[in-house]
Amino acid sequence: MTGEITGVVFTFLLTLLLAYPLGKYIARVFSGEKSFMDLMNPAERFFFRVSGIDPKEPMNWKQFLKAMLTINMLWLVYAMLLLVFQDKLPLNPDGNGGQTPDLAFNTAISFLVNCNLQHYSGESGLTYFTQLFVITFLQFVSAATGIAALAGMLNGLKHKTTQNLGNFWNLFTRSITRILLPLCIIGAVLLAFNGTPTSFDGKDTITTLQGDSVQVSRGPAAGMIAIKHLGTNGGGWFGTNSAHPLENPNYFTNILEMVMQVVIPVALLFALGFYLNRRKLARVLFGIMTLGMLCLLIPTIMAEVGGNPAIEKMGITQATGAMEGKEVRFGPAASAYWSTVTTIISTGSVNSMHDSSMPVSGLMQLLGMMINAFYGGCGVGILNYLIYIIIAVFISGLMVGRTPEFMGHKVEAREVKIAALVTLLSAFLIKGFVALAAYMVAHHPEMAWAVKPGSWLNNPSYHGFSEMLYEYTSANANNGSGFEGLGDNNVFWNVTTGIVLLLARFIPIIGPVAIIGLLANKKFIPDSPGTLRIDSWTFGIMTFAVIIVINALSFFPALTLGPLAEYFSLY
Amino acid sequence: MKKNLSISLRLTLVMIVLCAVVYPLVIAAVGKLTPGVGKGQTEKVNGKVVGYSNVGQKFTQDKYFWGRPSAADYNAAGSAGSNKGPSNPDYLQLVQDRINSFLVHNPGIRKEDIPAEMVTASGSGLDPHISPASAFIQVKRIAAARGLAEEKIKSLVDAHTEAPLAGVFGPSKINVLQLNIALDELK
Repeated sequence: MTGEITGVVFTFLLTLLLAYPLGKYIARVFSGEKSFMDLMNPAERFFFRVSGIDPKEPMNWKQFLKAMLTINMLWLVYAMLLLVFQDKLPLNPDGNGGQTPDLAFNTAISFLVNCNLQHYSGESGLTYFTQLFVITFLQFVSAATGIAALAGMLNGLKHKTTQNLGNFWNLFTRSITRILLPLCIIGAVLLAFNGTPTSFDGKDTITTLQGDSVQVSRGPAAGMIAIKHLGTNGGGWFGTNSAHPLENPNYFTNILEMVMQVVIPVALLFALGFYLNRRKLARVLFGIMTLGMLCLLIPTIMAEVGGNPAIEKMGITQATGAMEGKEVRFGPAASAYWSTVTTIISTGSVNSMHDSSMPVSGLMQLLGMMINAFYGGCGVGILNYLIYIIIAVFISGLMVGRTPEFMGHKVEAREVKIAALVTLLSAFLIKGFVALAAYMVAHHPEMAWAVKPGSWLNNPSYHGFSEMLYEYTSANANNGSGFEGLGDNNVFWNVTTGIVLLLARFIPIIGPVAIIGLLANKKFIPDSPGTLRIDSWTFGIMTFAVIIVINALSFFPALTLGPLAEYFSLY
Repeated sequence: MKKNLSISLRLTLVMIVLCAVVYPLVIAAVGKLTPGVGKGQTEKVNGKVVGYSNVGQKFTQDKYFWGRPSAADYNAAGSAGSNKGPSNPDYLQLVQDRINSFLVHNPGIRKEDIPAEMVTASGSGLDPHISPASAFIQVKRIAAARGLAEEKIKSLVDAHTEAPLAGVFGPSKINVLQLNIALDELK
């Protein structure tokens, strides 16, 4: 077991070691300074010319958001069409069928918004064509959208008073050509050399050593698995995601995939420090977020290493921890670490089945997604954290009786209203839809959908409730992991989670960008002794407290009905 | 609006070519240089492919080492975990049945020596590995089924135990398929 804990510590330290220089580099990309990746200059100039883009054209926050939303809506239509008609398109060696319209709606939105809920299994629900032209494509562009939104926000904060958030097209394109794509190539090559398939061959049929005839699904998976992590997307090539032995072949690739999903979100924190020249702020943000992560991680590792008490009662020792839904090559500690990072960072890939996690781990996974700002997804994690900061600024301002200020700009009613609405949205979407789903299960179990409500739940009682709570929490956090026992490929889940996904992606991007756009427009007030210093540890702890209070008020009752009740029934 | 749409269309086409065509083809080309030429590494017996190194197989005969229970029945056309929650009574009954069945097939072992992974389903349903403890506990059965000395099989298990990464990180494990292939070759 020691080796497994050391493995986790090593993985985290390695992530930090790589994130620091990467953050420095990303700050250079945002500011357009010279770097070794200037070798992409000719390619980028070509892309801009073909697309009719003037990369230097300034955009105010409204123009910035319009550009972002236009191209995103276009991708939605494009992705849906391809998914429905994938059986008529090339690169389909396994002869898989088209997706139903409701499933295509859900899948297209889910990948568009960087969530990657998958109500299908990759082996049978997609073709190689849609795996590449829809899934891989959206995994790149949705991550780049998030990074570009963050860069726009930083531009608003960098200058004392400005209208210009930078050019969305330019920031978006460079996020791909200079950050995501080069890192993906490194990651994909490492995966390929460790046994992840890359060729376009279809299923193989073999006779096993014992004489059974089985098939083995394959495909050009390595490239997709790299961007699924680096872009904090999380959608797997195969049905069981990174628990699948071809998607995540050994302990080395497990470390690699865990580093890949955490490195950009952490690097973006450091990038914020370098870019705004506020390194102390970056340190405080990093410290508070790491504290939050540890609060979720340590109980998870303890619960998983400790094993299932119900199985212990049968007389089984469980020296290797709770192994249901886990793989021997990873063990419980690395699986626990993965389940924590994948839920705080909105990746949503899994290397163990979260549905079979211990109740404490399930609780921590849910909390990670509800808070959704400890590191958080590519770009959007910091945007989510900004909302908490604005609320903390407001409350602190009230406590000391001064007009609240954020980085030299007065925070007034309009900004606080936006922040409050964004915060309330999560609780409203998650609890409202869980209530609706629970109502359907209880009162209309025979509704004639592809999966009847009576058969939705794979587990009875509290855990069944947790399955529904997890699904909407994951959709709202744009996370994409699931308690996968839930029978979710039917019109109810496809449509309702699709709605949650759209609202929960774009409102939390529009809100913070609008706040920054409004603030950046205001008169700059230089620091004085009475200024609230947001880069102090006191204010960091204040924000941490605000995060806990808001989420406890919003979600404690729901958590009581699910994982907490299960915990007390089991121990 | 019109300008945004025109840029959006053209930039989308550019990005499709870059991310969905050029990138996967580059990776596929590099993949050809890897040990499995990008198709997945296989295990052969007498020149015939008997399985993929990384994909677990079903072993039910007493003369082979068994892998873990699987919710996908080891058919790698798909993959699946059980997704059973830890407090689910049906699931706990299933675990109890697996314990009983394991004891019947492996006479003389004690219940508390059965490693947890032998009675719980893996995440992928295709887990190719078991822990060394899970292999050692089956040695007696296999020795009886094959008429071989236990010591001989134990040393085979030792030889097939893969140490943690770099000797320090993660669990020790054994690839069941590779171990069984070696077992068939044992005289």
